[in-house]
Amino acid sequence: MVRSVNELGLQRINMPQLGESVTEGTVSTWLVKAGDHIEKYDPIAEVMTDKVNAEVPSSYTGVIKELVANEGDTLEVGQLMCYIEVEGAESGENRTQPEKPEKAPENNAPADKDQSMKNRYSPAVMRIAQENDLDLTQITGSGKGGRITRKDVENAVNNKDQASNQPNVKSQQIPEESQKEQVEDFTPPIIRRKPIKVNEGDREIPVTGLRRTIAQNMVRSKTEIPHAWMMIEVDVTNLVAYRNAEKDQFKENEGYNLSYFAFFLNAVAKELKKFPELNSCWAGDKIIQRKDINLSIAVAHGHELYVPVIKNVDEKSIKGIAKEINELSRKARTGNLTADDMEGGTFTVNNTGSFGSVESMGVINYPQSAILQVESIVKRPVIINDMFAARDMVNLCLSLDHRVLDGVICGAFMSHVKSILENISSDTTPIY
Amino acid sequence: MAVLNYIQAITKALKEEMERDEKVFILGEDVGPRGGVFRATDGLYEQFGEARVLDTPLAESAIAGVGIGAAMYGMKPVAEMQFADFILPAVNQIMSEAARIRYRSNNDWDCPITIRAPYGGGVHGGLYHSQSIEAIFANQPGLKIVMPSSPYDVKGLLKASIRDQDPVLFLEHKRAYRLLKEEVPEEDYTIPIGKAAVKREGSDVTVITYGLCVHFAKQAAEKLEQEGISTEILDLRTVYPLDQEAIIKAASKTGKVLLVTEDNKEGSIIGEVAAIISEHCLFDLDAPIKRLGAPEVPAMPFASKLEKEMLMNSDKIETAIRDLAEF
Amino acid sequence: MDNVQVSNEQHLAMYEEMLLARRIDERMWLLNRAGSIPFVVSGQGQEVMQVAASFALDKEVDYILPYYRDLAVVLHFGMTTRDIFLMAYGKAEDPNSGGRQMPNHFGQKKNRIVTQSSPVTTQVPHAAGIALAAKMEGKSLVSFATMGEGSTNQGDFHEGLNFAGVHKLPAIFMVENNKYAISVPLSKQVACENIADRAIGYGMPGIKVDGNDPVAVYQAVKEARDRALNGDGPTLIEAESYRLTPHSSDDDDMTYRTKEEVDYEKSIDGLLQYRKKLMEEGILTEDKEREMEEKLKQEINEATDYAEKAASPDPKTLQDFVYSEEGF
Repeated sequence: MVRSVNELGLQRINMPQLGESVTEGTVSTWLVKAGDHIEKYDPIAEVMTDKVNAEVPSSYTGVIKELVANEGDTLEVGQLMCYIEVEGAESGENRTQPEKPEKAPENNAPADKDQSMKNRYSPAVMRIAQENDLDLTQITGSGKGGRITRKDVENAVNNKDQASNQPNVKSQQIPEESQKEQVEDFTPPIIRRKPIKVNEGDREIPVTGLRRTIAQNMVRSKTEIPHAWMMIEVDVTNLVAYRNAEKDQFKENEGYNLSYFAFFLNAVAKELKKFPELNSCWAGDKIIQRKDINLSIAVAHGHELYVPVIKNVDEKSIKGIAKEINELSRKARTGNLTADDMEGGTFTVNNTGSFGSVESMGVINYPQSAILQVESIVKRPVIINDMFAARDMVNLCLSLDHRVLDGVICGAFMSHVKSILENISSDTTPIY
Repeated sequence: MAVLNYIQAITKALKEEMERDEKVFILGEDVGPRGGVFRATDGLYEQFGEARVLDTPLAESAIAGVGIGAAMYGMKPVAEMQFADFILPAVNQIMSEAARIRYRSNNDWDCPITIRAPYGGGVHGGLYHSQSIEAIFANQPGLKIVMPSSPYDVKGLLKASIRDQDPVLFLEHKRAYRLLKEEVPEEDYTIPIGKAAVKREGSDVTVITYGLCVHFAKQAAEKLEQEGISTEILDLRTVYPLDQEAIIKAASKTGKVLLVTEDNKEGSIIGEVAAIISEHCLFDLDAPIKRLGAPEVPAMPFASKLEKEMLMNSDKIETAIRDLAEF
Repeated sequence: MDNVQVSNEQHLAMYEEMLLARRIDERMWLLNRAGSIPFVVSGQGQEVMQVAASFALDKEVDYILPYYRDLAVVLHFGMTTRDIFLMAYGKAEDPNSGGRQMPNHFGQKKNRIVTQSSPVTTQVPHAAGIALAAKMEGKSLVSFATMGEGSTNQGDFHEGLNFAGVHKLPAIFMVENNKYAISVPLSKQVACENIADRAIGYGMPGIKVDGNDPVAVYQAVKEARDRALNGDGPTLIEAESYRLTPHSSDDDDMTYRTKEEVDYEKSIDGLLQYRKKLMEEGILTEDKEREMEEKLKQEINEATDYAEKAASPDPKTLQDFVYSEEGF
C-alpha cells in the first residue's frame, strides 16, 4: 500500500544504518507511542544490531502517527519504522526525495533489420564453419546487426546432422524415471529465436500482452512439464437427447445457448472434487492441491485464443455454467477480457470439438497439472449387445503432468467422468 | 543445518580451527574482548583466552611481521587487518617476507600464516574503508589470495587457508558480512584453494567474477532467465593464483565472456583473466571479452550517490550480460 | 656488571671464531677481485661483538635473526665454512637458499638461523613473533635479532620493539653500530645521542656497550638473556664499532670518508686489540696463533675448492618451492 506521505505532512522514519557492515536492525523497545509529541533528535526507539545497541533519534519535530514496526521486528536498513506528522508544512526538508528509478532503457525494437554485422565472423564462428563445411552466406544471423553467432552455426550443424536422422515422433512414451528428477534445479532450455525473414506483402502482427502471456505459458509448459496423454471414448447419446429437448426453451428463457460444453464442465468439476490430485500443481519440492475448482476454458475469437476462468464450477448449476461461458465469450469477442478473468484456473477444459476436432493433444496450462480436450460429438455405429447402434460418441483427451499424476489415477478420473456423462438425464443433472 | 551470515561463518571457522589445532591463534587490533570491530572474533577471547586471541598495538606491519615470525616458528597465526585499506604498511612484510620465505630458503623454512582483511564498498566507508586491494598482491608468487562469495564458501575456504602450508591473504567483503545468509553445515569441511567453482550453469553468456559480485551476478542471471538469456557464472574463489583450467572451460562454453570486479577496471584481477582467455580460447570466442569494473577513480567516495555510482550492482551486470547475449 | 667470568679456553675459542670470520671475509674479497664470485658484503670490524654475543646465547635452543654482516654469528650457530663458500658461489648445496639469494642472506632451519631478506629490519617483528610463539608454548629460549644502526630508523624497528615491549617477550635486539649506513654517517641518521636511548620508548632497558670489548658485550647479552627467560621482557643493546670495509664489493667508500679515518680505525680494530690483550695475558702465544692460522687457512682452502667445484642449481628447479609441494 502506498501512502501519499507528503500530502499529509507525514514523514517516514526508516531503520538507519547503524554500522558499516550492518544491513538490518531489531526494534527492541519503542520509546514513543502514537500520539506522542516529540522534538527532533528525541530518541524514539532502542535498536539492536549485530554490532551496536543504539537509541534511534527522530529526524523531525512532530507527532507520532503510527508505529509500523513491532518490538522484536527485524527490519532491513531503510525499511519503515514509523510515521510522524511533521509540524509546520515547510519545515521538513524533503528527505524522502523520490529517487528516479534508473531503469535501463527497454529495448523494444523489433528484430534488428540492420545487417551491418552480417559478414563479420567471430573466431568461433569461423572455426565451426570450417570444421563442418558450412556456407556462412546461407545462415541467418540472430546477433546484433545480423551477426551470425556461435549458436547460429552450432544450430546449423545440429540441423545438418539431424536432417537424415529424424526421431520418430509418433511413439510417445511416458518416461518412468520422471519421479527422480530434481525439478528444483530445472532450467528450461532456452530457444534462441532467429529473426524470421519478412517478405514483401507479409503482414506483421504485433504480439499483444494477452497473446504473449499465453505464449510464454505454453513454452514453459512444454519445456518444463513431462506431458503424458490418454483418451477415452464416451457415449453421449443421452446427453444429446436431453440437451436437444431443453435447448429451445432455455434459449427463450435465458437469452443464451444451452451448450454441451456446460455439461462437460459440470461433470469434470464433480469428479475433480473426488480426484483432487488432478486439481493441483507442481511446486518444485511439493505438490499443491487446490481447494477451489476453477476451470480454465479456451475461448476463441478471430485468430486469438483466450483462456478465461470460471470460478468454483463445482458450486454452479448447468445454467450458471452456461451463463458464464456465454459471458466470457462475449467479453472475448468484444476484447473486454481482463487479466483477472484469466487468473486462478486450477484445471483446463478445452472445447476443441467446436473446431470439428476428434482427437488432439492439449498443452497443459502452466502451472496446472492436467488439461482435458472435449472433442466433436459424432454419430458413429457402435456395437451394443452384439448389435450395431447409431450412437452419439465423443472423445475426451487428457494431457497430464507426469510428475504429479500417473495413469492409474487419471484412468479412474476419466472413467468417472465417462460414467456421469453416459448417465446424464433430467434426474441426474437438472439444468437449474 | 544452521543458517549463518557471512561473518558468522568466519567466526565459526576460526572457532573450529582453534578447537582443532592448538597452534592456531589470532592477532590483530580489537580482536580480543571487543571481538573485532565487525564482530568476526566474537566470543573467541572468552573461549580461548588472551594468549590465543591477542590484541596488538595499532601497527599493521607488526601484526603481519609478528605473525610471520610465529608462523616460521611453527604456529598457525591468523592475523586480522581491521580494514584492507590499512594493509599497506604491512605490504613489505607480506610481499618481501611471507610470500618469499619458502622460495628464498629453498623450502627450508615456510610461513603458514593467514591474513584476514575486510575489503569492498557499499557501507559508506569513504575512500579508506571501501577499497579493493587484491590486485596489489596478485602478482606475488608464494602468496595465495582467497575471496569467498558466500557463507558456505567462507567456512570451507577459511579452514583451508588456516591449514594451508603457505601464506594466504583472505579477503572478506564487509558488505557481505550481514547481507549474505545461507545454510552452513555443522560438519568440518574444506574447499580447495586454487579452484574456481561454477555457481550457475548457462549457455548464452559466461560471467566470471569473485567475492560479492558473484551475488550480484546471480541476481542478474535470475532476472535474465525470464528473458530467455541463460548465464553461466564462474566464481574464481581464489584470485591468485588463478584456476586457469576452470576459466578456459567456462569461457569456451559460451564464447561470450563478461568479467566483473568491484575494483577499478584497469590493472585489476579480471585483466589477467581476460589475458588467459585470449591466450587460450580464441577459436571459441564469439564476442569481444567484456570487462565490467569500477571507473578509474582512486577510491570509493563517501556520499551515497557517489558511492552508488561507483559500486557494482546487479543492474550494471544485467545490462552487460544482455548486451553480450544480443551481440 | 664486571663480575662475569670468562675462562681462558673461552677466550681462545672466541678469538678463533672471530679470526675464522675475518679470514673467510678476506678470502671473499680476494675471490671477488679475482672475478670468481660476484658479490661480497662483509662484517670486518664487527666480529668481536658478534662472537661475544653468540657465546652468551644458547646455540642449541635460541633463534637468531641475523643481518647480512653477521657471518661470525651464523658460524657460531652451526653454519660451516664450506656452507659459507657454497653460498658465496651460489651453488645448489648452499644451505641458506640453494643459490637463490645473494650472499650473506643467511638462513638454516636446523640451526634456528631464521631466513632473511634484503629490505632491512623486517626481521625485527619476526623476532617478536618467534619470542611470542616460544612464550605461548612455554619454551625456555630467546630470539636474538641483530641489525645495523641504520635499521633503527625503519618502521619495523619501532613496531617490532614496541610489540615485544608491550607483550614482554623473550627477545634481544642488538644494534651493531658501525657508524655508517652505506655512505650516510651516524650523525645524519639519528638525532638522539645513542641508539640505546630509543629503548625507553618501548619500555625496555637500553644498554650501550663498546663493541670491541668482548667481555662487555658478552655480559650485556648474558644479562639480557637472563631477563628474557625470567619473564622480564626484551632488551635493546647498542654495540659500537666501525665498518672497516666499504659497504660491499660494489661500493667505493673513499667517496664519502677519508683514508685517514679508515686507517685510524683499522689501527684500533677490535680483533687486533683482543689479540694484543690475549697475548699480553699469555692466553694466546705465537705458536698457538700460527697453529690456529694454519688450521683456518686449510679449512678455508678446502671449502673454497669444494664450493668452486660443487654443482650449480639445475635450471629445471627454477620453479620449485614457490608453494608447498603438497599442493593446495
